[in-house]
Amino acid sequence: MNRPSSDRHESFEKRPPRLRNACLASVAVAASLGALGCGEKAGGITPQQMTDALHAVMESDRTVYTKNVVNRLQNKENVIKASEHWEDDKALPLPAQMFRMGAEMVATKKAGFTYALLSKWPVNKQNKASTAIETQGLDFVADAKNKGKAFYGEEKLGEKTYFTAVYADTAVVEACITCHNGHKDSPRRDFQLGDVMGGVVIRVPL
Amino acid sequence: MKGRTKRLSWALWALCSLAAGAALADRLVSEPRSRQLFLPGRTTDGHYQIELECAACHTPRFTSADDLQAACISCHGAELAEAKDSHPTSKFTDPRNAERVALLDGRLCITCHAEHRPERTGSMGLSLPGDYCYHCHEDVGTERESHVGLAFDSCASSGCHNFHDNRALYEDYLVQHGSEPWLLSAPLIAKGGPEPARKSSAKALGLGEADGPAFARQETAAWLASAHAEAGVNCSGCHQGTGAGFSPDVPSEVCGTCHAGPTEGWLSGRHGMRVKTGAQPMRVSEARKPMKASAHDSELSCSSCHGNHGTETERAALEACEACHDDEHTRAYRRSKHFALLMEERSGRIAAGGGVSCASCHLPKRVDEGGRPSTQHNQNDNLRPAEKMIRTACQSCHGLPFSIDSLADRALAQRNFDRAPSAHVLSVDFALERAK
Repeated sequence: MNRPSSDRHESFEKRPPRLRNACLASVAVAASLGALGCGEKAGGITPQQMTDALHAVMESDRTVYTKNVVNRLQNKENVIKASEHWEDDKALPLPAQMFRMGAEMVATKKAGFTYALLSKWPVNKQNKASTAIETQGLDFVADAKNKGKAFYGEEKLGEKTYFTAVYADTAVVEACITCHNGHKDSPRRDFQLGDVMGGVVIRVPL
Repeated sequence: MKGRTKRLSWALWALCSLAAGAALADRLVSEPRSRQLFLPGRTTDGHYQIELECAACHTPRFTSADDLQAACISCHGAELAEAKDSHPTSKFTDPRNAERVALLDGRLCITCHAEHRPERTGSMGLSLPGDYCYHCHEDVGTERESHVGLAFDSCASSGCHNFHDNRALYEDYLVQHGSEPWLLSAPLIAKGGPEPARKSSAKALGLGEADGPAFARQETAAWLASAHAEAGVNCSGCHQGTGAGFSPDVPSEVCGTCHAGPTEGWLSGRHGMRVKTGAQPMRVSEARKPMKASAHDSELSCSSCHGNHGTETERAALEACEACHDDEHTRAYRRSKHFALLMEERSGRIAAGGGVSCASCHLPKRVDEGGRPSTQHNQNDNLRPAEKMIRTACQSCHGLPFSIDSLADRALAQRNFDRAPSAHVLSVDFALERAK
C-alpha cells in the first residue's frame, strides 16, 4: 500500500508557492462544505485535506446531477434521455461526461489541481489506469474491505511530484449500471447498484 | 604595429556589424515589405497573407511556446470550439499524460503544425506528422478486428478520422447514418432567414433625407432600395461624415458595428485575416491560388462580394466568387448538377434551398449560441480537411456514405462533383459490421 507517512506531510509553509496558492483557493471550497472548523487556519491544510474537500464537492455535485437530473428526468419521469452524444441526440450529458467536462474546464484554469474519472473497466480505454499509483488506487477502492476509504500516495510524473488521492466512484442509481452494462465498449457488464465502478483521481503538485 | 592593425580591424568589423544590424532593424520596424528578408522559410498557405505581420504570432518573448500557442488560439480557437475539438489542450495538461506529452506534446499546435517549414508542409497547407495517432492509440491496431494490419499513419489520411473534428466521423454517427441513400428524400440547403443585424431605432428614411454630399447622389437610389435606408441608416452612418469627412470607402470595421457576427467570421477567414492583424486588406493579385487577371487590382472588403449599398446575397453566393477565383474547381462549377439546380432555384422551378451555390458549401448557414441563424463567413472553418464539410454542407442533401466517399475523391472535387465518386472509405462498413 502506498500511503503517505506523516513525515512526508510537510507543513504548509514549506510547500512551494503553487501548492500554497492552490491550498488557499481550496479553503473557500472546504469551508463552504464545513470540512474545516471555523477557527482552523489556512496554513494547517494538508494536501490530503485539500483533496478530501475537493472530492466532497465533486461527489456531491455528481450525485445531485445523477439523481435529481438524469435519473429523475430519464428513468422516473421519462421526460428526456441522457446520451453519450447529447448534442446530436438533443439529450442530457451522461453524468460521467458532465464530470469530465468540468475536469477539462478546470484543467484550462491552472487551478493548482487536476482530477479525472478512471476505472478498471472503462468504456473508453483512455480512462484506464496509466500510472502505478492509479492502478493501486483503483484496486484499493474497488476492494470491498476498503469500503468508505480513500487511497493516498505520491508519484513523480514528468519532472513534478504529485500528491495523488483516489476515491471510490459508486453506482448510485439504476441509470449508472444500465448504461455501463449495456454499452458495446464496456469490458464489464455485471455491475449492480452500490458497486464501485471506478475512481475519482485528484492530483495536487507538491 | 601589428597589434594596432589587428585592433583597428576588429573595431572596423564591429562598426560594420553594428551599422548592418541597425539598418536591418530599421527595415524590420519601419518597412513591412522588407520583413521578407527575415522569413526563415516559405510560409504555409494559411498564413502567407499575414507573414509580414510578424507580431501577429511572435510576441516580444519571441521563443515563448505559450505565447505562440495563445496566438494560434486567438485566431483558431473559435473554429476548434465549434468543431467540438476531440483533442483539446486540456486532454494533455493532465499530469497522468506526462509520458505521452514527452513523446508528443499535444498541448501545443506547433508540435504538429510547424510554420516556415516548406519541406514538411503537405497538401492541406500545413505540416502534419504521420504517427500522431499511434502514440496514444496503438492498441486499436491490434484489439479492433477491423483495424488489424492497417498502416499506423492511415487513421486520418484514409478519410476515417480527424484529430480535431469528428462530428461526422464518430462511430455511432456512422452507424446512425450509414444506410442513407446517396440523395436524401428532401434535399434542401437551410436558408435560415435574414442575417440578424444590430437594430437601428431610427425610422425608415426617404430620398430627400439622404445626407451624403452632392457628388455621391448618383448612389442614392441604390441606398434607398437597400435595407440600410429602411433601417434608418443614413449615408453618414457608414461614410463617416457628410461634408469634408465623407469617405467613399467603407472599411469592414464599420460594417461590423451592426453586422458583428458575419464580420467576425470574415476577419477570421482568408478574405479578412489581413485586416484582423491591422495590415492592408488583401489584394487579389497577392493570392497564391489562381485568380482572374481582371480582378488583380481589387482589394477585399465586405462590398467586394455584397456590393456597395445592398446586401446582394445572391451575387455574393456565386458571381462574386467567380469574379476572382480562376481555379479548376471554380471553372468546373457551371458544368455541375449543383449549378443546374441553382439556376432552377433562381427561376423558381424548385424550392428555395434546392440549388447549390459556392456559398452553400463554403459559407454555410449555421445557428449561433443565441439560436439566431447566420452565415459562416470564415470559409476556412469547413475547408480542410474536407470531412469538415460533411455535416455543415453535404448532408443537407446527401447521405453520409456518399458524402464521405465524394470528399475522399480528390479528382472529383477538382471536377466539382460532376459524377459519382470512385473512392470508397471503409469507415461506414467497419462501423456497420461492428454494430451487427
